Amino acid sequence: MSSETRFGAYEPVIGIEIHVQLQTKSKMFCTDSTAFASGDNECVCEVCTGMPGALPTVNRTAIEYAVKTGLALGCTIREKSVFSRKQYFYPDLPKGYQISQFDLPLCENGRVEFFHDGKKKSIEIIRAHVEEDAGKSTHQGDCSLINLNRASVPLLEIVSGPDLRGPEEAAEYARTVHKMVQYLEICDGNLEEGSFRCDCNVSVRKRGDPKFGTRVEIKNINSFRFVEKAIEYEILRQIDAVESGEKIRQETRLYDPDKNRTFAMRSKEEAHDYRYFPDPDLLPLVLNKPEIEALRAKLPEMPLARAARFQAEYKLPEYDSQVLTAEKDLADYFEKVVRASGNAKAASNWVMTELLRELNDSKKTVNQSPISAEHLGEMIALIDKGTISGKIAKTVFAEMWTSGKAPELIVKEKGLVQITDTSAIEKSIDEVLAANPKELADYRGGKEKLFGFFVGQVMKATKGQASPDLVNQLLKAKLKG
Amino acid sequence: MANSKSDSSPSATPGSPRLDKSAVAKVAELSRLKLSDAELESISQQLSMVLANFEQLAEVNTQDVEPMVTPTDLTLRLREDRVERREPAEAFLENAPDRSGNLFKVPPVVG
Ligand SMILES: [Zn+2]
Repeated sequence: MSSETRFGAYEPVIGIEIHVQLQTKSKMFCTDSTAFASGDNECVCEVCTGMPGALPTVNRTAIEYAVKTGLALGCTIREKSVFSRKQYFYPDLPKGYQISQFDLPLCENGRVEFFHDGKKKSIEIIRAHVEEDAGKSTHQGDCSLINLNRASVPLLEIVSGPDLRGPEEAAEYARTVHKMVQYLEICDGNLEEGSFRCDCNVSVRKRGDPKFGTRVEIKNINSFRFVEKAIEYEILRQIDAVESGEKIRQETRLYDPDKNRTFAMRSKEEAHDYRYFPDPDLLPLVLNKPEIEALRAKLPEMPLARAARFQAEYKLPEYDSQVLTAEKDLADYFEKVVRASGNAKAASNWVMTELLRELNDSKKTVNQSPISAEHLGEMIALIDKGTISGKIAKTVFAEMWTSGKAPELIVKEKGLVQITDTSAIEKSIDEVLAANPKELADYRGGKEKLFGFFVGQVMKATKGQASPDLVNQLLKAKLKG
Repeated sequence: MANSKSDSSPSATPGSPRLDKSAVAKVAELSRLKLSDAELESISQQLSMVLANFEQLAEVNTQDVEPMVTPTDLTLRLREDRVERREPAEAFLENAPDRSGNLFKVPPVVG
């Protein structure tokens, strides 16, 4: 059911803040490694532990990644942006403030487009700014334990407008941004490890009401399915509250996937208490137009544009184009198969059915496929040349999957070349007809459905190697008698 | 989400700026500083005087003047993305008041 009807007289209003971890080698403001899975506190220095007098320096690659993402999101890139201190007191933030951006962020006024329910959606991007991550605290009852490996790892916070109107649409927006950052190769996109975090702002209002309701922020969501479920739960909770005359409190809630509910988090700080001011340790970040344009020139083709091109260039249906462009690696693989085979339609069929099924079953990514794109392309070319039949191709495909061998080699080694020798096929047909006199009589007596039976018998006799077209043709002639 | 900048700035009337005790108490709470009533009183008086000095600056007409972020024309130099390892974890943990293995141990925080 669409969210228009599901929530009755109420309209949900949703905005999402996404924290994207920029995939740099060193941290945002110091030269420690970002490999925070290393030993506890092995990636820390005097800067990210907040030692007195230590000064931050800014990672060029992090800024470039942020600018590229901003450009891909259609944002304006500010030529002079400023780092500010966001101050709050928490043990995993040793400096007592997070270096972030406030009134002069790097990227502003963008737009993200995607398809949902067959309709094109366009969501405003209010801003995207660079900042540093905090450390990780583990709570143990009588104490908390702090690991600062993650402290000062670069993040890009992408803030959408309150433009989303339902849980599914919100999840689709998040998936779209996720796809984009992976196409840009600026983030590994791992939700479970926190490389891509979605905080959802949810409110409800009576349909037609121009005013927004009080918004609640939901944190701690680590999958797109949970984005959908958490928002769904929260909308219903708020509608219930409003219906029974309760006031919605502006608060932060956490989503518990096991119980599928959200619950209020004890508030760390009241809102409006971050006391931002420009960080005196950092000069303004100035980028000139040529630098920004050079980054724009390096942008890859983004998913929506690529899907549109697949439809136009390869004559693929919209759905197939979307499946094939869901991941950059898959789209790259597909295009290599097209180049090697010269047959886009067949390439899309083999990739979408056989290959994706095998990858799913064995929980492999397309990059781990034992069948290279070139080999799959060559195999399709063998079908098109008539060297093997489509049926034999499945055997070749299975063999390629297990051995990783080239298709020509498999065909040669296993003697799988299609039989196109008319006399050889006719000989098989004669044998089949002689062995099945009853069926032959029935067929000639009018049971034409038995045609399929004869085809099956001939294919069996030729171990599936006979050209199906020839079998059909020759069999028809022979059956006429 | 970004908040309006002016939200928590204490109000002060030109001429006699006054930072009252409750404003000081709030800032102290945010900084996790425990101040006695007498300290709140004396600090609010002292800070009010400091504020009064700065208030003199408010007399300058700053209309049409862009807010200054830094007093120089210098801009940021960016650092290349290279890892430089300096000290082992031990160098930082040895100064910590308490530890558990190679983790910093702090009083419990309700998350
Ligand atoms: Zn560091």
